[in-house]
Amino acid sequence: MLRQTKYLSSRYNEPDGWSLSAYERDGGYKQAKRVLGGMTRDALIEDMKAANIRGRGGAGFAMGVKWSFMPWPPKPEKPHYLVINADEGEPGTFKDRTIMEKNPHSVVEGCIIGCYGIGAHTAYIYVRDELHLSKERLWGAINEAKAKGYLGKNPFGSDYAVEVFVHTGAGAYICGEETALLNSLEGKRGEPRLKPPFPAQAGAFGMPSTVNNLETIAIVPTALEMGGDAFSKLSELHNLKDGGSRLFGVSGHVNTPGVFEACVGLTLRELIYDLGGGVKGGKLLAVIPGGSSCPILRADDLVSAPNEKSPLFPWNGKSVLDVPLGVDTFRALGTMLGTCCAIVLSDQACPVLAMHNLMRFYRHESCGQCTPCREGSAWIFRIMDRIVAGQASIEELDRLSEIADNIMGNTICAFGEGTAMPALGFLKKFRREFEQYILTRGKSSPNRLTLPGHFAGAAE
Amino acid sequence: MTFALTPERESHLAEILSRYPNRMAATIPVLHLCQEQNGWVSEEIMEWVAHRLGISAAHVKGVATFYTLFNKEPVGRHQVWVCRTLSCALNGADALLHHCEKRLGVHVGGTTKDGSVTLRTAECLAACGQAPMMQVDRDYHENLTLADVDTILDRLTRS
Ligand SMILES: Cc1cc2nc3c(=O)[nH]c(=O)nc-3n(C[C@H](O)[C@H](O)[C@H](O)COP(=O)(O)O)c2cc1C
Ligand code: FES
Repeated sequence: MLRQTKYLSSRYNEPDGWSLSAYERDGGYKQAKRVLGGMTRDALIEDMKAANIRGRGGAGFAMGVKWSFMPWPPKPEKPHYLVINADEGEPGTFKDRTIMEKNPHSVVEGCIIGCYGIGAHTAYIYVRDELHLSKERLWGAINEAKAKGYLGKNPFGSDYAVEVFVHTGAGAYICGEETALLNSLEGKRGEPRLKPPFPAQAGAFGMPSTVNNLETIAIVPTALEMGGDAFSKLSELHNLKDGGSRLFGVSGHVNTPGVFEACVGLTLRELIYDLGGGVKGGKLLAVIPGGSSCPILRADDLVSAPNEKSPLFPWNGKSVLDVPLGVDTFRALGTMLGTCCAIVLSDQACPVLAMHNLMRFYRHESCGQCTPCREGSAWIFRIMDRIVAGQASIEELDRLSEIADNIMGNTICAFGEGTAMPALGFLKKFRREFEQYILTRGKSSPNRLTLPGHFAGAAE
Repeated sequence: MTFALTPERESHLAEILSRYPNRMAATIPVLHLCQEQNGWVSEEIMEWVAHRLGISAAHVKGVATFYTLFNKEPVGRHQVWVCRTLSCALNGADALLHHCEKRLGVHVGGTTKDGSVTLRTAECLAACGQAPMMQVDRDYHENLTLADVDTILDRLTRS
């Protein structure tokens, strides 16, 4: 059900909405003050568990539970670190940037509370280098908070020191993967690490660390203010422990693309038609629900969940567009919620070219450490190139599936699955279109991604 | 060694070092600092960074070559990156890129003869809702029309 909210985005349209005075006018920093003013760590973690904040970075892990994994009590010789993931590189995803640009103090306040919750005194916010305005706004917020005595040795007069720093990458999608990010933070090549050890045991600089997505940490003050349970109950999927409200993005072939804040439980239909203004240039063909690593859904897909135990049972037989967007509901659909930023394809766009575009991305971004990923992503792209050039045979579609299958489970990090799963998704959902494309050398298809007349009048 | 940071950047370097528990962690920010001054990361700069941070030159080279935003050769005065990933591609990125190539008279990866602009493609720049888009130096230009692109490129080639 569509219920729009204004927790993170209330000042998005105000010219100075990102400033400290605007943030404090709306009650900002009260929760950090309350926490450092004597809340126990146990009480904080319990409240965060009750909030059912599922990680907003893609994997959907419960944030409060993740905080509770940190070794306790912290040992003086092993300082803890809070690391915030603002690499925002997953194609289709553009939500964290809006928070950094328009509500950076929510991030700083979240970091203060998060540091206290995990026993850290230092937080690093890892921002991809290209986002210059985001970095500027975060540094600005940090400096403003520092000048007010909210950061430093004695925040809010307490003796719990907190420092927050912005760290930048230098252009590599893989650095969004949390262990690659940690290497990058340490000044190394952004290559993922083998797990275990998990970051809670050995993370940044070999010390116990928690990695949270930027939106995950930014919503913490809101959840605390409402109380964890009340926050969780905003969501239609509270019973699935998927709570609160979050940012949803929609891009591609919609009339009013953008980032919208709403209670968890919104459906794709509402995201595309009510918030995204409907499909432009044709009818809805398909939608990638939450960033390019999530397998694609067709507009005509129906839910098949006859088993009462399935989280999808209430929607059995209905359109996938009417399933509430949640971590478990979308996993059960065979795709993922991911970053909750959907990419919409109208029927004027060619699904073969869409897959070609994404597979070029993955080939380009594989860090090269694991052979199945490096070679597999290159091989998939080569075949896609041949298909698009009209040189492939139908049998090569099976080859594509085999290569993708061989990547699954054979890599250090989830980049491999993030490449293979969407590939398999396209091949499964559009098998007929792929076959026709190959047989007719592309004539069966609009053979374009951009809508006709996109740049009206100009030669395309 | 002849490379040196400006005094202003030198004090910025000291501030960067104070953020981390060790000096290696400053590798990427310091490489950015050097590139900001020099336009690209030369062999000499990599050695200078290694020396200043007390780490091996091989490490610095390994890092500089891993990340696409470090220029390993001289580039134009202005950097243009056209995003070509899916949301932008669904909204005209290909046509926009070709338009840039024609207008500038270079292929992707190339620099105009007068050295004013280097044209490159980028992967998703987190502006998918404002597609098509391109980044010019530090700024994002979003919801672009071809006429917008002309205005932007003309300004760059004149400056
Ligand atoms: C290839 C790859 C890229 C990722 N990129 C991002 C990213 O840009 N931002 C992000 O928050 N998480 C990203 N993740 C997920 C992180 O590894 C990690 O799960 C997340 O930062 C944890 O935060 P959360 O629990 O708050 O979601 C990526 C994962 C993989 C495998
Ligand atoms: S696809 Fe171009 S900014 Fe995301």
